Amino acid sequence: MFTRPARLASIAPLLWMLLFFLVPFGFVVKISLSQAAIAQPPYLPLFDLGAGWEALQAAFAALSLDNFKLLFADDLYWRSYLRSLAVAAAATALLLMIGYPIAYAMARLPRRWQALAMMLVIIPFWTSFLIRIYAWINILQHDGLLNQILLGLHLVSAPVVWLSTDSAMMLGLVYSYLPFMILPLYATLSKIPPSLLEAAQDLGASPRRAFWLVTWPLSLPGIGAGVLLCFIPIVGEFVIPDLLAGSDSMMIGQTLWLEFFTNKDWPVASALAVLLLALLLLPLLAYERLQRRQLEGGR
Amino acid sequence: MGRVRLSRFNIASLAFGLAFLYLPIVILVIYSFNGSRLVTVWGGWSTRWYAEFFNDQAMLAAAWMSFRVALASATAATVIGTLAAVALARGGHFRGRTLFSGMLYAPLVMPEVITGLSLLLLFVALNAERGFWTVTIAHTTLTMCFVAVVVQSRLGALDRSLEEAAMDLGCTPLRAFVAVTLPLIAPAIAAGWMLAFTLSLDDLVIASFTTGPGSATLPIRIYSEVRLGVKPEINAICTLIIAAVTLLIIVASLASKLSNARADSAAPM
Amino acid sequence: MTDHHATTDAALAASQAPLLRIEAVEKKFGGFKAVDGLSLDIKAGEFFALLGPSGCGKTTLLRMLAGFETPDRGRILLDGEDVASVLPHRRPVNMMFQNYALFPHLTVKANIAFGLKRAGLKRAEVKARIAEMLALVRLEGLAHRRPDQLSGGQQQRVALARALALRPKLLLLDEPLAALDKKLRESTQRELIELQRRLGTTFVIVTHDQDEAMTVADRIGVMSAGRLEQVAAPRQLYEAPASRWVAEFVGDVNILDGTVAEQDPHRLTVTTQDAATLSVAPPRQKVDINSAVSVAIRPEKIRLSRRGPVADAAAGLNRRDGVVSDLSYLGGLTSYTVKLDAGATLRATLANVARVEVDDFSRGQHVVAWFSPDDCVVLPR
Repeated sequence: MFTRPARLASIAPLLWMLLFFLVPFGFVVKISLSQAAIAQPPYLPLFDLGAGWEALQAAFAALSLDNFKLLFADDLYWRSYLRSLAVAAAATALLLMIGYPIAYAMARLPRRWQALAMMLVIIPFWTSFLIRIYAWINILQHDGLLNQILLGLHLVSAPVVWLSTDSAMMLGLVYSYLPFMILPLYATLSKIPPSLLEAAQDLGASPRRAFWLVTWPLSLPGIGAGVLLCFIPIVGEFVIPDLLAGSDSMMIGQTLWLEFFTNKDWPVASALAVLLLALLLLPLLAYERLQRRQLEGGR
Repeated sequence: MGRVRLSRFNIASLAFGLAFLYLPIVILVIYSFNGSRLVTVWGGWSTRWYAEFFNDQAMLAAAWMSFRVALASATAATVIGTLAAVALARGGHFRGRTLFSGMLYAPLVMPEVITGLSLLLLFVALNAERGFWTVTIAHTTLTMCFVAVVVQSRLGALDRSLEEAAMDLGCTPLRAFVAVTLPLIAPAIAAGWMLAFTLSLDDLVIASFTTGPGSATLPIRIYSEVRLGVKPEINAICTLIIAAVTLLIIVASLASKLSNARADSAAPM
Repeated sequence: MTDHHATTDAALAASQAPLLRIEAVEKKFGGFKAVDGLSLDIKAGEFFALLGPSGCGKTTLLRMLAGFETPDRGRILLDGEDVASVLPHRRPVNMMFQNYALFPHLTVKANIAFGLKRAGLKRAEVKARIAEMLALVRLEGLAHRRPDQLSGGQQQRVALARALALRPKLLLLDEPLAALDKKLRESTQRELIELQRRLGTTFVIVTHDQDEAMTVADRIGVMSAGRLEQVAAPRQLYEAPASRWVAEFVGDVNILDGTVAEQDPHRLTVTTQDAATLSVAPPRQKVDINSAVSVAIRPEKIRLSRRGPVADAAAGLNRRDGVVSDLSYLGGLTSYTVKLDAGATLRATLANVARVEVDDFSRGQHVVAWFSPDDCVVLPR
């Protein structure tokens, strides 16, 4: 009844996403196989569709895997991949440990308080990402509030270096991504009827055991969503490590940024992006499945 | 979960969580009123950093650019994203549906460096002049996915027999959508627009890739200042942004309350 | 758009022809046949019930009548015009939805006005029609409430008023009372009957509740697996089921399988599996000697006593000896399970006509179960 006009509605967004999401990946792949050059744009070879078949063939012949070989040869690159994965895994684990108890407590609040708690968790998400990182710089800098308090309480004798450390980066990551962990967890936890826990306890499980036998397994979809929602973007994160972590080792997002903006090596930046995408393909597919199931029910 | 009692641990986790989320922002707001140039020293309450911001032409230009981009891209994203949501929620199984929904859900988690880089390469290949329009298109692409998800989840929760009832009472499918579905998903569409607006206002990475020389957005300006160290003026700008966003949220929730109240009292003839 | 929902005199005059004719309609979902070559006539002014278990295709049939589904095959004639592919908003048919589908953003009044405005009625006319509908369902004071401020029963009436406001030729009701509690459901059933008689509109109701179908409908169509098993008045459906399936679906029944041994104009003798014989009234269609049949007897048609009927009264009656194996007291009646000496079990219900029952059987008691041949229905097996 409604389906035909609804399908017509897909035309505009479909064309938009094809042109501005899918097609651009083709360019990334193509340029990752090109050579860097001092030119505008800074890569070779260039296709010129007007130049006919011969030129196109020549362009294809000039494509090479050199950039990818470079990525594996130079340990700067694979180190930053490894670091990105390690940082993302650690931050996600930390987020889960901190986010779960908060989401759990929210789900146990009386109904009318739950909406308020939801609002309070969401509002920081609406205020700028950059601002929130900047707020931490204020606190963590050499003569910032944290050091002032520590010195005032005589807990330390000299200012501690907080900024440009991995701990500061972890703090920034946890702080920025916490709502993304809490919300899916809360969504599943709040749907678990309390009668299930009562039934488990009635059947002889202690509250602790009831939690591990009932609540935890039922909240696994929320955990999956929260973990993927945090892990995938953190792997490619740029702003937080750039502003809070030290400059001695870089995450992949920073390396890509450096190659692109500072070294103007677009082909290597593209190769980095292709490899990053390949690395994230499985988690991305898992996330899509989860999202589809959640939004479209059994269909 | 209702009835269950909160343990001390539950209360502590909630209190910790909220303090963690809000304390840095509160401190930033307080510092923005610090009269002293040194962040370490409290120089009394002052609004001098706000005055400084309003005299900073480059910063004002960036703010104006960001505002225009956010307005344009949020509006475009709301229209296209809502269409996408309708297609997904009401279109049944159509060819290319998996590809379609895949392209819509992926940007939600896709690292911004990838999205930014790929869009830039497209714009370069198309020989497009980089500036307002390229950033707007890039932001529309990102934020329409958020709009689509927000609206789709509302549409999915909506009872389909409402649309059928409207058609049964003489509406064409299109009229049924306008008369019944649209008013019922309006709050989700509004929320989608606000989300798109703030995401656009917030974005640094994609804008950095897709903008051209001379048309920096506010986050790009703030970022380049922050890299050089803490500046009290930045505190003032951030506080203004926070105030604007808070105001937007308050207006939105008041508007939805008001429209409810109006529907309660007015005769619908 | 014209006010096509008004019933014309011509249509009333043509009431000899059915208002609705369903011809060999078939609807598949994937490989599943939801409605399988179904034909049915419904007369103008009738209160018709489609009864069946969930998944039998009754809701699909109703949705095809409303226009939400298009039949794969067959015709749906409304007043002689094929409407099978007419869109819902162009059909002079309205539907009351199972969950009412009241528009939550509109008041009661606006919900009722919704279809009227689409039909292009004048303001004054819309106003008058709303007042009429509100009076009809006795909701005059609640015109400006919104659906979430109404009780379940009130919502149900708004849905009814909204569907009736356009004066449809045919009103479809999809499990209209399923969401109400038992007491409210019973009083609402009576109101529905009264309303239907007053308006003379043709009602087609879908329900899985046989009591509801029996109470409200003039005729009932029993559906199973996409087909109509039987179409009959409630009494006929219960007392003369056309098949074993209908006999078992509508009410309680005892089924004794056997073969036809003898046949004369007044009586049929059936040899049951316990090698005893049953004397039963001959069915309308002829059955062959030695053919396999099922004999159906309703539990309330079976009498129980300690010794059996008096000799003259016993002539021609069927009797079996057995032991009460189970009993449940249900207030108005008591239900007994009797294990027959020959092996089969019979269920019998006895009305509790006095506060202190004289004929009160206990578990383990030997009893005689007897029933008249006229109360037995022979069904092909």
